[in-house]
Amino acid sequence: MVAIKQVSKSFGASRTEALQACTLDVPAHEILCVIGPSGCGKTTLLRIVDGLIRADRGQVFVNQTEVTAPRPDVAMVFQHFGLLPWKTVYDNVAYGLRVQGRADADLADAVSRYIDLIGLRGFEKNYPYQLSGGMQQRVGLARALAVNPEVLLMDEPFGSLDAQTRELMQEELLRVWRSQPKTMLFVTHSIDEAVILGDRVALMTRRPGRVKEILEVGIARPRDPETVRRSTRYLELREHIWHQLKVEVVGGNGQ
Amino acid sequence: MSAVAEQGRAAGRRETVAGLPPAGIRFLSVMVGLVAWEAYGRALHSVIFTYPSAVVRAGYELIVSGELQFYLKSSVIVLSLGLVLAIVLGIPLGILMGRRAVIEHAVDPYVNALYATPLVAVIPVIVVWLGFQTKAKVVLVFLFCIFPILINTYQGVKNTDSRLVEVARSFCSKEWRLWRDLILPSSAPFILAGIRLAIGRGLIGMVVAEFYTTITGLGYMIVQYANTFRMDRLFVPVVVLMIMGVVLTGVLRHLERRIAPWLYVAREE
Ligand SMILES: Nc1ncnc2c1ncn2[C@@H]1O[C@H](COP(=O)(O)OP(=O)(O)OP(=O)(O)O)[C@@H](O)[C@H]1O
Ligand SMILES: [Mg+2]
Repeated sequence: MVAIKQVSKSFGASRTEALQACTLDVPAHEILCVIGPSGCGKTTLLRIVDGLIRADRGQVFVNQTEVTAPRPDVAMVFQHFGLLPWKTVYDNVAYGLRVQGRADADLADAVSRYIDLIGLRGFEKNYPYQLSGGMQQRVGLARALAVNPEVLLMDEPFGSLDAQTRELMQEELLRVWRSQPKTMLFVTHSIDEAVILGDRVALMTRRPGRVKEILEVGIARPRDPETVRRSTRYLELREHIWHQLKVEVVGGNGQ
Repeated sequence: MSAVAEQGRAAGRRETVAGLPPAGIRFLSVMVGLVAWEAYGRALHSVIFTYPSAVVRAGYELIVSGELQFYLKSSVIVLSLGLVLAIVLGIPLGILMGRRAVIEHAVDPYVNALYATPLVAVIPVIVVWLGFQTKAKVVLVFLFCIFPILINTYQGVKNTDSRLVEVARSFCSKEWRLWRDLILPSSAPFILAGIRLAIGRGLIGMVVAEFYTTITGLGYMIVQYANTFRMDRLFVPVVVLMIMGVVLTGVLRHLERRIAPWLYVAREE
């Protein structure tokens, strides 16, 4: 479904290399979690897959067609939320659908369904600046889900949530995913989240980012987070990913 | 003066000063000024000086005779036509300049040159080309008004959060939708500030044009009464202009605060 082939990207006059020959394949309806040290190029990778910026070298294919510009069947949840400050929660969630030309009457159901899902019923008329960071982040998630894309690019979508809300949102996301299977590239800093959500976990090296290792999670779905956390497979993966990340982060500090 | 007061309010200084609220101090200050002017004017007893009560009396006469309304109407027409024209052309052109590099570089030299030119210098040219009537004056007010609107709009567009532009692109927004959803709301505070500046400049342009063409308008009234040394009557259009300036820019300032509440979040409790 999503095929990333040997993608490289450098920025600025100094040609700081953010990604180096990065290759990843995400089959349809798979959740691939991407985990890697800060600054290793995860956001850059998602922006390239979304068609927002072009890779210097390499190609990205979605549904067998090469990505050259943003497309409606791919939606992104931004690390910086990217809400429009002058639009209410309702209008922000409706934004993607309106841009796609859906009539107001036609989109009301979907919008209120996703507002319920993110637990912001009663806040429809609030503006982003009247919400907490975690609430804003959930609005960004609802906006992307509302357009019902085939591919979801999630850039640390739960990074600003407290532990409880985070687990609730993970469950909600899995519920949506079960009823409307989507292909997901899910960037996270949480090893726990990667193992609970992912079919596979891709570990990235420090900058310039390459795929260091891809791990099969191999835990049957539907998963109950509590049971998963007690399983030996979970502990094993956790231990392994932790060590691999530590090597990257410590190495990145010049040791 | 009011800019300083605004800053004080923005910083949250609402407490009383010397036992008086700020509004009380300002009111007192104006009263003291008026009384001093009145006393000095009466004592001086000169034809080329006047004092507030004489101006009020002259204003009353000019209103009763209908003269003030007549000239005011003509001025207001010139100002509003010129201003509306500047808004209607200035905002889209400013957005285009901000969004399209070709247009930016093509228009930039004209904008820079004309904005730097003291426009008073082109009044005779405009009068020679367009005559003494409303048309010439509207064009002059337009020229005085358009540059702050155009330049502020352009800066507002350039100031739009590029990350939000990326969000819009991610959802495959068309350019015109991007204007509506993103560019206009995000540059609205800049545009309104531009219009506020334009009103100030437009008033100057209007009066100077009326000085020069001397057919009608508040500027004409001023010239006429200056020539006949009717200082009390001369001050009437001056006071009207002052009120117009204060009210219009005050309304715009108020709108600026209303239109972009997200810019003032930090100031709320
Ligand atoms: N627009 C840009 N201009 C210049 N350099 C950039 C730009 N975007 C990213 N970079 C650089 O590319 C590298 C990767 O950035 P990126 O945002 O993709 O990291 P990330 O993996 O998402 O980090 P984090 O986990 O902290 O979000 C960084 O070193 C960053 O400095
Ligand atoms: Mg990032």
